[in-house]
Amino acid sequence: MSTILLLEQTLNGVQFGLMLFLLAAGLTLVFGIMDMINLAHGSLYMIGAYLMASIAGVTGSFWVALPLALVATALVGVALEVTILRRLYERDHMTQVLATFALILIANEVVRLIWGSQPIMLNGPAGLAGPVELPGGIQYASYRLAIIGVGLLVAVLLYLLVTKTRVGMLVRAGASNREMAVAMGVDIRRLFTAVFAIGAALCGLAGAMLGPILAVQVGMGENILILAFVVIVIGGIGSIRGAFVGALLVGLVDTMGRALLPLFFATLFPPMVASNLGPSLSAILIYVLMATVLFFRPQGLFPARG
Amino acid sequence: MKAALALLAAACVFPLAMHGLDQHFYIGFGARVLIYAMAAASLNLVLGYGGMVSFGHAAFFGAGAYVTGILAAEGLRSAWIAWPAAVAVAALAALVIGAISLRTRGVYFIMITLAFAQMMYYVFVSLKAYGGDDGLSLPGRSTLGFGLELKNPLTWYYVVLVLVVASLYLLHRIVHSRFGRVIQAIRENETRAEAIGYPVYRYKLACFVVSGAIAGLAGALIANQSSYVGPGLLHWVQSGTLMIMVILGGVGRFWGGPIGALVLLTLEETISGSDWLGPYALHWQLPVGVILLAIVLYAPQGIAGAIRKRRHA
Repeated sequence: MSTILLLEQTLNGVQFGLMLFLLAAGLTLVFGIMDMINLAHGSLYMIGAYLMASIAGVTGSFWVALPLALVATALVGVALEVTILRRLYERDHMTQVLATFALILIANEVVRLIWGSQPIMLNGPAGLAGPVELPGGIQYASYRLAIIGVGLLVAVLLYLLVTKTRVGMLVRAGASNREMAVAMGVDIRRLFTAVFAIGAALCGLAGAMLGPILAVQVGMGENILILAFVVIVIGGIGSIRGAFVGALLVGLVDTMGRALLPLFFATLFPPMVASNLGPSLSAILIYVLMATVLFFRPQGLFPARG
Repeated sequence: MKAALALLAAACVFPLAMHGLDQHFYIGFGARVLIYAMAAASLNLVLGYGGMVSFGHAAFFGAGAYVTGILAAEGLRSAWIAWPAAVAVAALAALVIGAISLRTRGVYFIMITLAFAQMMYYVFVSLKAYGGDDGLSLPGRSTLGFGLELKNPLTWYYVVLVLVVASLYLLHRIVHSRFGRVIQAIRENETRAEAIGYPVYRYKLACFVVSGAIAGLAGALIANQSSYVGPGLLHWVQSGTLMIMVILGGVGRFWGGPIGALVLLTLEETISGSDWLGPYALHWQLPVGVILLAIVLYAPQGIAGAIRKRRHA
């Protein structure tokens, strides 16, 4: 095992973690402010990837398509919020689960009707096709580096938005005590539509950026949705900072676990045992992480409610 | 009570009618509905009566199925061993998962039960010796003795029916026992139940284990039903589907689970198998989704709740 492998996997982990952060940021705000479980969040990610693929096909340019896809996904999100989700805020968690589960079914089938059942191709930007040499002589895919860059940029922007602007202040107020925020005259409905639009745009960004690496297909949102939930539970529901730390933690643990655990077990056990144990343990690692965090800190690492 | 007997009579006659009409497919379908009715009813015990929103019920359902599948793959096909083993393993899993999860509350409980189910899902995905991702085909249904051949659809249906009725009866007794009252009291006000002197944690854990055990039996049956077990049985979407059945039927209403299972599966079956939709029948999830959404928005108490309301109106 070499340092190069270690570094490469660390970068992969950070890249995956940052994309998870994009999903988790919107989810944690929706969850934190409105106390709403939105399973359809993963569907917005899928819709973002599909819209991106279509728009990129029409415009022929990745970077032109990206902002358009973001806006389009945000519009889909707002439409969803205004027509359906808004009516669910006052209902209990189980009802929200049922309704948003229904939305997943609907979204999957609508996507199938429009784009067909086969996974579709989304090409990354032409300029970032090859690898790039990092200091230390590591060859690393330049597109993945771009993902890291975009992820960090969004994290910084989001941080500034939440801590330095008026909207951010309202968001924090809503997350830490909704009733009090309403009593102080915050128009929580409008605020929430705005938060939802931002969350949807971030989903679209994650879908668009990950599209060229993963397959753009129906059901792509379901698995990553659960990871996003794991992230926000680890981080503490309602906390952007928690989502950031949680996302990086989950991204790194998952990627490193998959790469390193099998190697580690190979030195300890006979190959037969190692080849079975390695993958299974690395796949459950993040859930072990989550269970452990909840065991010791039932409110997550950065509880938003004081 | 009258309605229950009518339902039971309908369930008894249904396969004979289908047999007479030469629609053997629907006998198998009926058995599947019964099995899911059992699983959903077991979830309703924790969800509806215990107020514990478990989003990982598929873990116990899948564990029961895999125990049956793995034993069969190892050549052990006697139902008298495999099914109790499935129940025992599922109960044990529920004991461990419940003991840890019940320390958390609310949303965190939902998520931690989900996490445990996902852990088990990935364990079975990577269990290469027993099919891994592809799952495991069973050599055949379990053997029961007494000259009963479970391969026969009618025999199988009635065996399932007997077990489902037995477990529903058990659940009915539990819900209306002193234990059941305490569980519901805890759901209504945990602090008060604790103050009166009930060991709340232990009651909740016991409830969780019983529910898991019954789900394990349903799992053993579903493995037999399709002669196949796969990790999909433990996927979170499966937990979601069971939860949907309960919510659809009516949370905390005794018939909620069975009604939800019947309605959801029938809906799926009718729409996916309909001729008039032509190629669009492939997209059966779309109308099912729309109907579910409509029920959420317009019948908040579930179907059992809506029926009850009508009756009392």
